[in-house]
Amino acid sequence: MARPATKPKADTLPGKSKSPQAGDNSVSPEQLKTFYRDMLLIRRFEERAGQLYGMGLIGGFCHLYIGQEAVVVGMQSTIDDKDSIVTSYRDHGHMLAAGMDPKGVMAELTGRSGGYSKGKGGSMHMFSREKNFYGGHGIVGAQVPIGTGLAFAHKYRGNKNVSLTYFGDGSANQGQVYEAMNMAALWKLPVVYIIENNRYGMGTSVERSTAITELYKHGEAFGIPGEAVDGMDVLAVRAAGEKAVEHAKSGQGPYILEMQTYRYRGHSMSDPAKYRTKEEVDKYRSERDPIDHVRKLLLEGKVADEAALKAVDAEIRKIVNDSAEFAQHSPEPDPSELWTDVLVGA
Amino acid sequence: MSIPVLMPALSPTMTEGKLAKWHVKVGDPVTSGQVICEIETDKATMEVEAVDEGTVAKILIEEGTEGVAVNTPICILAAEGESAADAAKSVSSTASESPAPKAEESPTAAKPSEEQKAAPPAPSSPPPAPEPEWSGKTVRMTVREALRDAMAEEMRKDGNVFLMGEEVAQYQGAYKVSQGLLEEFGDRRVIDTPITEHGFAGLGVGAGFAGLRPIVEFMTFNFAMQAIDQIINSAAKTLYMSGGQMGCPIVFRGPNGAAARVAAQHSQCYASWYAHVPGLRVLAPWSAADAKGLLKAAIRDPNPVIFLENEILYGQQFEVPDDPDFVLPIGKAKVERAGKDVTITAFSIMVGKALQAAEELAKHGIEAEVINLRSLRPFDTETIVASVKKTNRLVSVEEGWPFAGIGAELAAQMMDHAFDWLDAPVKRVAGLDIPLPYAANLEKMALPQADDIVKAAREVCNR
Repeated sequence: MARPATKPKADTLPGKSKSPQAGDNSVSPEQLKTFYRDMLLIRRFEERAGQLYGMGLIGGFCHLYIGQEAVVVGMQSTIDDKDSIVTSYRDHGHMLAAGMDPKGVMAELTGRSGGYSKGKGGSMHMFSREKNFYGGHGIVGAQVPIGTGLAFAHKYRGNKNVSLTYFGDGSANQGQVYEAMNMAALWKLPVVYIIENNRYGMGTSVERSTAITELYKHGEAFGIPGEAVDGMDVLAVRAAGEKAVEHAKSGQGPYILEMQTYRYRGHSMSDPAKYRTKEEVDKYRSERDPIDHVRKLLLEGKVADEAALKAVDAEIRKIVNDSAEFAQHSPEPDPSELWTDVLVGA
Repeated sequence: MSIPVLMPALSPTMTEGKLAKWHVKVGDPVTSGQVICEIETDKATMEVEAVDEGTVAKILIEEGTEGVAVNTPICILAAEGESAADAAKSVSSTASESPAPKAEESPTAAKPSEEQKAAPPAPSSPPPAPEPEWSGKTVRMTVREALRDAMAEEMRKDGNVFLMGEEVAQYQGAYKVSQGLLEEFGDRRVIDTPITEHGFAGLGVGAGFAGLRPIVEFMTFNFAMQAIDQIINSAAKTLYMSGGQMGCPIVFRGPNGAAARVAAQHSQCYASWYAHVPGLRVLAPWSAADAKGLLKAAIRDPNPVIFLENEILYGQQFEVPDDPDFVLPIGKAKVERAGKDVTITAFSIMVGKALQAAEELAKHGIEAEVINLRSLRPFDTETIVASVKKTNRLVSVEEGWPFAGIGAELAAQMMDHAFDWLDAPVKRVAGLDIPLPYAANLEKMALPQADDIVKAAREVCNR
């Protein structure tokens, strides 16, 4: 799935978002359909990953992105293929949105040689140089200095690209995050910090972990502008993202976007889910679902009818089925792979 | 086609659970993502979502059933266009359909051979071609100048090389190692950082992933403990975890070990810490020629390199080959002094102490062979074994703590590769197993001195 062009087409459709940030946003019907398709791909892919995990075909930790799809799909629509992306271990959605092959991602989840890391990285550690996707990092917050370093490299080379550095509300309390923010502001590095606030770092709510719960304000000490965004509304995400990316690319330094979002599933597959009520989860699912939201816009705006959406569903289903099929039949890595890739040229 | 829904596992260790509740009944249509039932274990509960669309044709496990094994079919969905009755009839043993093909099943070489297991290739990989004896012109310079020249030469050669760290630019380096670099290369490439080791180490790693070649200076390796997560988890492991895609060409350098009278928090040797880690190279130069030749090699190397300098050596002078293309091979120890009676290995500042001890031993008629290890990962076992086959005795010297130190590893390597040639147990001379004290007399007693080396060598020689 290629990143769509960022410029809205002439025949635009007004974004019918409740969010104030989306008020002046408008996207083309094609763009809106792409959003729908891309979010649906992540949703269906993750559901299938959950199923394969349940069957014992995926091991270890597996952190699903279901519920948060609008964040990455909206943000990725604001950048081009020379820009860099880095995120945490909840990374499957980011890889799909960056245009990585679902087969390679799913095969890495099953630990097979056809996976992006030849089966040696797993769910939390996947990379694609080709797509400028720099991982997939398993240590909470470690990707923030790394993403700042990617921005440093853009500035060092004098290109006009940006680093999108994603992290969660849990990471937002790590010391290295603020070390990185300080340097990014000091050196005016082109980085957009996207805090995916899904309200719980594992089982601890933001209120129980964070003194100032408005995470978009966390760069204030460094003079980094920030704003809160409705992360369940892909149009609001895109509008805020365009502004932040423009800010960073024009040499004004870092920008913080706090995406207020929600994960429907547990922190990882083995999550007792005792820290929040079923009603809370149900409310988000039924009232705020990012995919239902776009589906409604498409139907109400007469951009697509039920039949057209059904065709999209079928296309996605085939992609996900093919990826699951591939991931189960790709062979396990050869034992000789134990000793490869420890060092370059050794 | 009927679609069986299987009992899922909530964790890798779960083998069975309770089917707590059904949210659907026979005849209900289900869509992808719809919650169809709840399952429980003693640790967790989970809602099971349908992955496929269809109509519930048959419920196979009633709610409230305990001990349902993972992967047991719990219900059957009829796919679109299929009658529920047909689907329900076609219930078959679908559970064990496609388990992962296990590595053990592969008939050939499913496991590494015993030989591979016994001698992992990483730390003692085949040594590169031996270092040619330098016969050209040399110049006398300090270790400090050699390090500076190495960086300057490599920065002239490759625009991707840059230096960052605390006080490296305007201050010219806390120990004046980067003297003149800001003037020559400007503040784009010689960068003063805030005091924020974890942050700038991680930033350097990101720049390395992006293809730049950062040299990250730590004011001392004692402060790099703040950054060790980025060094090990990000820099050292990512190449492997990315299946070879995402290497990190980066040098972490700075003084290591004890300086003089700065006490425990500023006086620690990290050689064995980093030498423990696959994915890193670890170098520890002694002379100015080592410093220049190895730092240039480190900067050119496509891997993360830990470069352990020594503050006391910065001001010492040595002869250095006068050639901008002089580079030393990584992974090669150097015999600094030939001898036949005992082998003494050392690295960094301890090489000087070992040579001093060798002079003293000569007075007692003991000819010691002194080996400057230089590279701790990869480790040049071959050169040491060749020496031990000649001397049949080995003394390992290091400034760091003895427990699980470089000497401990050396002793183990000798068990593996030189057991039959040893005429005495391997002897370790190391720093005392205590935080380094401040008082001058205690500090001296805590660090290995030439006398300690002499004593150990005489012991293994039994004279």
